[in-house]
Amino acid sequence: MITLFGKPEETVLERLKNSVAKTRTELSARVEQLLTGDRPVDPALLAQLEAALLSADIGVGTTKEVLASLRRQVTEQKLVGSAALKLELKNQLVAILAAAPVPRNGDSPAAVAAAPRVIFVVGVNGTGKTTTIGKLANRLRAEGRSVMLCAADTFRAAAIEQLEVWAKRSGVELIKQKAGSDPAAVVFDGLTAARAKNVDAVIVDTAGRLHTKSNLMAELEKMKRTAAKLVPGAPHDVLLVMDATTGQNGLAQAREFTGHVGVTGIVLTKLDGTAKGGIVIAISRELGLPIRFVGTGEQMDDLVPFDAKTYVNSLFD
Amino acid sequence: MFENLTDKLQRAFKNLRGQGKLTEEHLDAGLAQIREALLDADVNLGVVDEIIAHIREKALGSEVLLQLSPDQQVVKIVRDELTELLGKEVRMQFASRPPSVWLIVGLQGSGKTTTTGKLGKWLGHNGHRPIVVSTDVYRPAAREQLAQVAKATHTPVWPGAGTDKPLEIVRGAMREAKLSAYDVVLVDTAGRLHIDDELMNELSTLKRELAPSEILFVADAMIGQDAVRSAGEFHKRLGVTGVILTKLDGDARGGAALSIRKVTGAPVKFAGIGEKYDAIEQFHPDRIISRILGMGDVLTLIEKAEKTIDEKQARELQRKLEHNEFSLEDFRDQLKQIRKMGSLEQLMGMLPKIGPFAKLPKDTAIDESRLKVAEAIINSMTSAERDDYNLIDGKRRKRIARGSGTTVQEVNEVLKQYNEMRRMMKMYGNTMKGKMRGLGKLRGGLSN
Repeated sequence: MITLFGKPEETVLERLKNSVAKTRTELSARVEQLLTGDRPVDPALLAQLEAALLSADIGVGTTKEVLASLRRQVTEQKLVGSAALKLELKNQLVAILAAAPVPRNGDSPAAVAAAPRVIFVVGVNGTGKTTTIGKLANRLRAEGRSVMLCAADTFRAAAIEQLEVWAKRSGVELIKQKAGSDPAAVVFDGLTAARAKNVDAVIVDTAGRLHTKSNLMAELEKMKRTAAKLVPGAPHDVLLVMDATTGQNGLAQAREFTGHVGVTGIVLTKLDGTAKGGIVIAISRELGLPIRFVGTGEQMDDLVPFDAKTYVNSLFD
Repeated sequence: MFENLTDKLQRAFKNLRGQGKLTEEHLDAGLAQIREALLDADVNLGVVDEIIAHIREKALGSEVLLQLSPDQQVVKIVRDELTELLGKEVRMQFASRPPSVWLIVGLQGSGKTTTTGKLGKWLGHNGHRPIVVSTDVYRPAAREQLAQVAKATHTPVWPGAGTDKPLEIVRGAMREAKLSAYDVVLVDTAGRLHIDDELMNELSTLKRELAPSEILFVADAMIGQDAVRSAGEFHKRLGVTGVILTKLDGDARGGAALSIRKVTGAPVKFAGIGEKYDAIEQFHPDRIISRILGMGDVLTLIEKAEKTIDEKQARELQRKLEHNEFSLEDFRDQLKQIRKMGSLEQLMGMLPKIGPFAKLPKDTAIDESRLKVAEAIINSMTSAERDDYNLIDGKRRKRIARGSGTTVQEVNEVLKQYNEMRRMMKMYGNTMKGKMRGLGKLRGGLSN
């Protein structure tokens, strides 16, 4: 069985924390400043808290909801002092992230037994799909899985060449066709080869596309149908790659990609910058999509499993 | 997706109907809605609060026009404020002695390479001889990507083979530009994080070497609150001269345009609006304001309509509408014009989601081939039939269907649509006339 996510090992946990901490932003600085020591809760404190959440791209809707709940508890005297408030805020954010159920599709006995396990990687342009695939392949290889890559981004200039470099780096086979060919045909070739060679997992790279382009979304649906014809239940995972700098549009991206191809999880990339990627909290809240991995750099092992507590803690601690 | 600002404001001001004056209390209720709308559009929180404070001051001051309803007043003030913030359209800079260098910088995945290709094509179309060069020696296949883009856009490229030092690569490109008389060198750089000291220093070095006429910061229209930090840092290090906002063909509201402008002071110069290499246009501040506020790209629509529809023809149509003479022939001309104006879906996206358009479903997909079918049907009519549709009885319908290779049902459908349009045009005929005049005035007012 391929565990695509789970409790991160200690070193990885440290790394995520470090990578986010090294670029500690206003958010944590502000919250820290607000909440160090124990002071009584007043409206000014709550207003500053609101500012901190909004600055992390968590969005107006989620921020309002979380704050309303905190306010209520303050009024009801259930929360006294800033320390308790901080703890409760963290708990609420973790609860939103943890409430996202892991979709059944990827973990049904059939999917686990499926050979090969088929993973689609999708997203809008420039979020880091190809880089994520390189890292994911490396990770699966390190776990002792045999992996094959499928270069179904036949549109963007040099996308195939880019994936080729990653395939070489992690020593996995790449199935490709010429640039401009039908991506569904590449999926067909890839899965046929993967079945013949009995590999454990196939990762399919897809062209970046804006979720508003109906023809491109239909193309993705076709690729999905092709996969399902060759391998039962495929694709078993559909990972939506999202850039941590993404603002409120992330919600529309998640909604549309889920509607068209059934996203099973999110990979949050570029978390080594100063952006927090708070929109994933809003996505979890609205769509119940789990975040599976975070990307923290350009190196091959800069991909770590997502852990809600670690993530929220690294925002505030 | 997001509730429209106009709706929100209308709700906030609902109790004000009939009252001519804007009280402080009501204003604050409205401003709270505007604040949320701007935040939903990804304008940076600090920038939002500054804008709101400024608007509040203005609204309470003497500039308030009493002849407008309170929500209209506020929208106008917001518009004016954002317009002032974004500034006017700005021309691109060239060196007094060629070759000019444009340095393209930005975060990973913002669209630098595609934009470089588009700029190359744009420059070629505008009488320049550009050459492109990539200094991205880090990302796998990055230089290969620019080479392929250049090939697709028929732009010469300096391959920089034999070295992986950015400085040596650009020196080679500059030599080539001087030798072969290229007048603009477009330098595509590696995507980097603004906190990556080493790579940011590399850009400073390139800047010193090249003395670029433009340092263009490429930003993804979907970027959120962090835009101020990345743009701010690039600006601090390099002195950004212009911004290019990419992926504006999606449904992101693009509030980052305001944040970036605020923090860099640099104007947005281009907007990327599609995957094709000609999908770039010079940036119009007034359009992004409509988009941020969720009021539709009315100005773009009007401009497009103006370009396509002959004014004399429009006047003639107006006259016909007034005299109830809108014939099937006119209907056919209308269909043709709609097709000329470009993709219908694109046009639909520009309409404000208010008034008569509010009820359109979000993904109203219009089949353009149906327009052609309708044209074919009208072409199969006699001119007497086109002048008076009452002539068209069952027998004639059959003949028309045969003549156009369609069915009687389809002919009926076209006649129904014609009647519908006739009715609608009669209704809007007069009000539209008034509205266009009003908007003209507004535009005039903004450019003062």
